Amino acid sequence: MANLKTVSKKSKAQSMGMHTEILTGRTQQKFFNPDEAENFYYFGTYDVDFNKRTELDVMDMTAPEANKEIDNLMSQGYGTIVIKNPQGKHSLGVGILNKLNLIFEGSLGYFGMGSCDGPIVRINGRVGWSCAENLMAGKVVIEKNAGSCFGAAIRGGDLICKGSVGARTGIDMKGGTIIIGGDAGAFTGFMMQRGRIIILGDVGINLGDSMYDGTIFVGGEIGSYGSDAVDAELTKSDQDWLKRKLKVAEIGENFEVSKMKKIVAGKKLWNYDNLEPTEKKGAI
Amino acid sequence: MCGIAGLIHRGKSSNVGSELQGMLQALKHRGEDSTGYALYGDTDGKNFIMRFKVGENVGEGSSSVMEDVSVYDERKKIVDQTLVEIGAKIIKEERTLPYSLRYELEYDAKDLLNFSQTIEAIPGVEILSMGKSLEVIKDLGNAKAVCDRYSLDKLVGTHAIGHARMATESGVDIKSAHPFWGYPFSDVSVVHNGQLTNYWNNRRVLENKGMRFMSECDSELIAVYIAQKMREGATLEEGMKDSLLGLDGVFTYFVATKDSLGMAKDTMAAKPLVLYESDDLVAMGSEEIAIRSVLPQEIDTYDPFDGEVKVWQI
Repeated sequence: MANLKTVSKKSKAQSMGMHTEILTGRTQQKFFNPDEAENFYYFGTYDVDFNKRTELDVMDMTAPEANKEIDNLMSQGYGTIVIKNPQGKHSLGVGILNKLNLIFEGSLGYFGMGSCDGPIVRINGRVGWSCAENLMAGKVVIEKNAGSCFGAAIRGGDLICKGSVGARTGIDMKGGTIIIGGDAGAFTGFMMQRGRIIILGDVGINLGDSMYDGTIFVGGEIGSYGSDAVDAELTKSDQDWLKRKLKVAEIGENFEVSKMKKIVAGKKLWNYDNLEPTEKKGAI
Repeated sequence: MCGIAGLIHRGKSSNVGSELQGMLQALKHRGEDSTGYALYGDTDGKNFIMRFKVGENVGEGSSSVMEDVSVYDERKKIVDQTLVEIGAKIIKEERTLPYSLRYELEYDAKDLLNFSQTIEAIPGVEILSMGKSLEVIKDLGNAKAVCDRYSLDKLVGTHAIGHARMATESGVDIKSAHPFWGYPFSDVSVVHNGQLTNYWNNRRVLENKGMRFMSECDSELIAVYIAQKMREGATLEEGMKDSLLGLDGVFTYFVATKDSLGMAKDTMAAKPLVLYESDDLVAMGSEEIAIRSVLPQEIDTYDPFDGEVKVWQI
């Protein structure tokens, strides 16, 4: 074994025999080969037709029963499913790894649309805590308010709440975009690692506390900044992106984006900046 | 975990016993070690209603013991005798269970502190509530079990708060169950979801000021804390706002008085609460499904923000 006191930090772990490959900061990234069809196919997903539409009344169903029925309808090729009477039930619509147009005529409880990858969802009510947790891709639109931990740990997709949200929105998020039409509570963007959060209204205390990376845009007042969160310059590129995003999201299209504040992480994290050049920390 | 629920009708009365039962039963997955109701019934306001227990219903982890019914009978006799001695006249008495009693009392009370201290000096006796409208009923089991046991479904009133408990900080028994009476204030009750981390520090200070604690449940501190603030001249809302600084930990709690209902959420917003508010009804609970049990139609609800305090009048 090499002398660990003298080897560079980069090669220390290799010298200890913990791994053999040279880490570059992109070890988690997988590159798709178009010739490998399986890379574009999830086991257990279905070919659905968006023009094939049905309704499902879940009034007297438990959440597992409702979720199984949604899966059953997708297996029959239904690409547009309208859920009636969700009645604030928890864990509805979880684990959908499929393209699907899903509409909820009412409100959801906790953990709605969790761990999904691909569906386009419209919820014509409110949602409880932890909506769309771990969303990978797709779009979830909530017409009213949302509870705390909105979009916790999402990795992709667009998550839009037209009303106000509770505390810890975008906690631990690793990608994607969260857009809030109203106000947001305390600890928004707590330990955020990547992605973007847009809040058109006011935001509570400790905004972006302990954030690693990513960007937060705020249109209203900020209660207070969390540890490591700092202001950054709002560029022309940012404004163009905000306008486009708000228009596509059908929310705040005419909002004066030039007056928004931009908040990023002010802390230098070793071996982290390489990962996403577009999210460089402009403030330091 | 625990679940809390509450509702207040403004400008009218309703079957709050049945409504709160539905709300708490919807939250039973948050804990069904014990369930408690604080119901504000329609009364003529002349007499006090005293809910008290002369023994315990004992579950897992409780420091209490089950006793023979004859012991309860003996304690009841002493309570009756003591009430006569302090000038309280029993107008009506009900003994729902061997250990649980409800008295209507004619009593000219200027100071419920002395009254309560005298009654609770009898070993094994605890006043669950004292007021001209408030009745606190709590026992082991889920909301429906307790409601059925005490026939609460027909109680008509203006507002109510309740609690479905998963025991974490203390054992399963009635003394640790919520709601807690805001001793020694008439018609004040509290339910809480969360954990308080400066319980013992606050408790020592309050005990030195003459306040009493019947359990080791951290939630009891909120009732005593608010009561002490009101004793010092604060309004309910002022006391609740003060608690956001004085109480450390994570919490969402409700306080009810004879004519009002309030909620407070800690500054980290770590405990859930969903709120529905209209001109004639406010309903709130740890989860939306609690509100859905009384309002099945599509409604607008929201989560109060961190550090928020709200109070509604009937």
